Amino acid sequence: MDVAALILSVELAALTTAILLALGLPLAWWLVTSRWRAKFLVEAVVALPLVLPPTVLGFYLLVGLGPHSPAGRLFAAAAGHPFPFSFTGLLVASVLYSLPFAVQPFAGALAGVDRRLVEASHTLGVSRLATFFRVTLPLAWPGVVAGAVLAFAHTLGEFGVVLMVGGNIPGRTRTLSVAIFDHVEALEYAAAHRTAGLLLAISFAVLALVYALQRRTVLQWNGR
Amino acid sequence: MERTLNFDVVRRFVRGPVISAQAGWPIEGAPVTVLFGPSGSGKTTVLRALAGLDRPDSGTITFDGETWFDSARAIDVPPQARRVGLLFQDYALFPHLSVAANIGYGLHRLGRAAREARVAELADRLGVSELLPRHPAELSGGQRQRVALARALAPRPRLLLLDEPLSALDAPTRELLRGELRQLLEQALVPAIVVTHDRLEALALGDRLAVLVDGAIRQVGPVHEVFSSPMDVEVARVVGTENVLPARLVRREGGLVVVRTGGPSGAELVAVDPGGVEDETYACIRAEEVVLETDDRHASSAQNRLPGVVAARRDEGPLSRITVACGVRLVALVTRASADRLELQLGSPVSAAIKAPAVRIVARRT
Repeated sequence: MDVAALILSVELAALTTAILLALGLPLAWWLVTSRWRAKFLVEAVVALPLVLPPTVLGFYLLVGLGPHSPAGRLFAAAAGHPFPFSFTGLLVASVLYSLPFAVQPFAGALAGVDRRLVEASHTLGVSRLATFFRVTLPLAWPGVVAGAVLAFAHTLGEFGVVLMVGGNIPGRTRTLSVAIFDHVEALEYAAAHRTAGLLLAISFAVLALVYALQRRTVLQWNGR
Repeated sequence: MERTLNFDVVRRFVRGPVISAQAGWPIEGAPVTVLFGPSGSGKTTVLRALAGLDRPDSGTITFDGETWFDSARAIDVPPQARRVGLLFQDYALFPHLSVAANIGYGLHRLGRAAREARVAELADRLGVSELLPRHPAELSGGQRQRVALARALAPRPRLLLLDEPLSALDAPTRELLRGELRQLLEQALVPAIVVTHDRLEALALGDRLAVLVDGAIRQVGPVHEVFSSPMDVEVARVVGTENVLPARLVRREGGLVVVRTGGPSGAELVAVDPGGVEDETYACIRAEEVVLETDDRHASSAQNRLPGVVAARRDEGPLSRITVACGVRLVALVTRASADRLELQLGSPVSAAIKAPAVRIVARRT
């Protein structure tokens, strides 16, 4: 049983999700409210990981943040180790790779909040930031949860970027998906079955939970 | 110095009309001003600019000596700092908060005890105390309106803005709440601006009427004055050809009411009792419902027959607009042929006949 790989995968997915909540919510809010003309360029960049093969993202990350680039030297100085084959490197790659899976549901949920409720809050003397936390976020909550779970599940199942950036170091960069690949390569089908089954079960349980939560919220909303 | 609201709001819409509304009025004594006009005339644009939600392309807004907006000096006070209460058309209550939390929403600067006291006070004043633990989804339209009003009034706004406050209600509820809303606005002691395109609403709620036509404010004055003597054809077209006469209830009898218009020397009118009439009312008669007669011997079913003289005659194409002085000034719209046949000239004696059902009584509860 790949306990170390399981722990690593969950840790990576949880940290990625946390970072995406912290960065993705403000980014989504900006995408929804900004009137900047060139906004569409940012939207396209955010959506890129949806269409690019993970190898392309991994390749450019290695080139851009590798030990031979200025940004890579900066990363190494700040993190204390080089970018490739490190957990931190994996985390950066995961955040970028799962960005659209979090930001797009976030933006959709935030945009779905009735503008007049936000305006009502403003006329009642509540600042824009406080309005976000008191009105927008509570009302967008189902969408925010959906985005976070999608990011979590997507990170759990990512493979190409992990292999490109992290390699396959047990306990450091060897995630569940890479472990399965290893087992299959080595013709260890029984071990592959166990790990793949585990990933399938976790993914299904997480998604089922989200849809169950969504369902209840939707019903509650329809009642208004 | 007199406390006033002054605004000059210019807003251009792409492929749309240009709004250029300029007006001002005193705010002393908390009067209710009705911003009246057809849809698309710019009422909501003006209201949103006053609230600070939309930024005019140019212009100025000053309230009680304070500049809220001045494009030339790059001043634009955010809505949070204007202390304006806004009642949205569909009330925009926060669906995730209880009625109590909705009313207390703008009181975040108060301590818990003070906030709860203020919420209880407003809930009591608006008669929604029993609803405090409920959620907006569980309220009727009328209850939502009161909760929204309580929420807007809680932070003690300096100006109250109401966007079509009755349009979200079904017709019977609207009838019921018209008079009640007037009462609530009077008790609030806050100057208010009500946006509406509904004549009855304007009459029932307003002290003052500001008429918007094609993005410009054309006439500002006491409600009945603007209705009775519009300053030009366009204002007349917007407000309708109505005689609006301030009246007092004299007596009720058998489903009818008798009201006196135009003071002691005025005229008494019989009308159908609309219910809810207490003392002050408006009697509204469309000009085309006023029949003119010179021969008072023939029998007629009209309950009201007011003898007087022609005070003015204006011919408009095939029609003649005759003003009759009969204790009150009554405008009648008749065909030019009839006016000529009756030889109606300035000073000719004439009687105005109006059927009781044609006299519409609008209650003004105070």
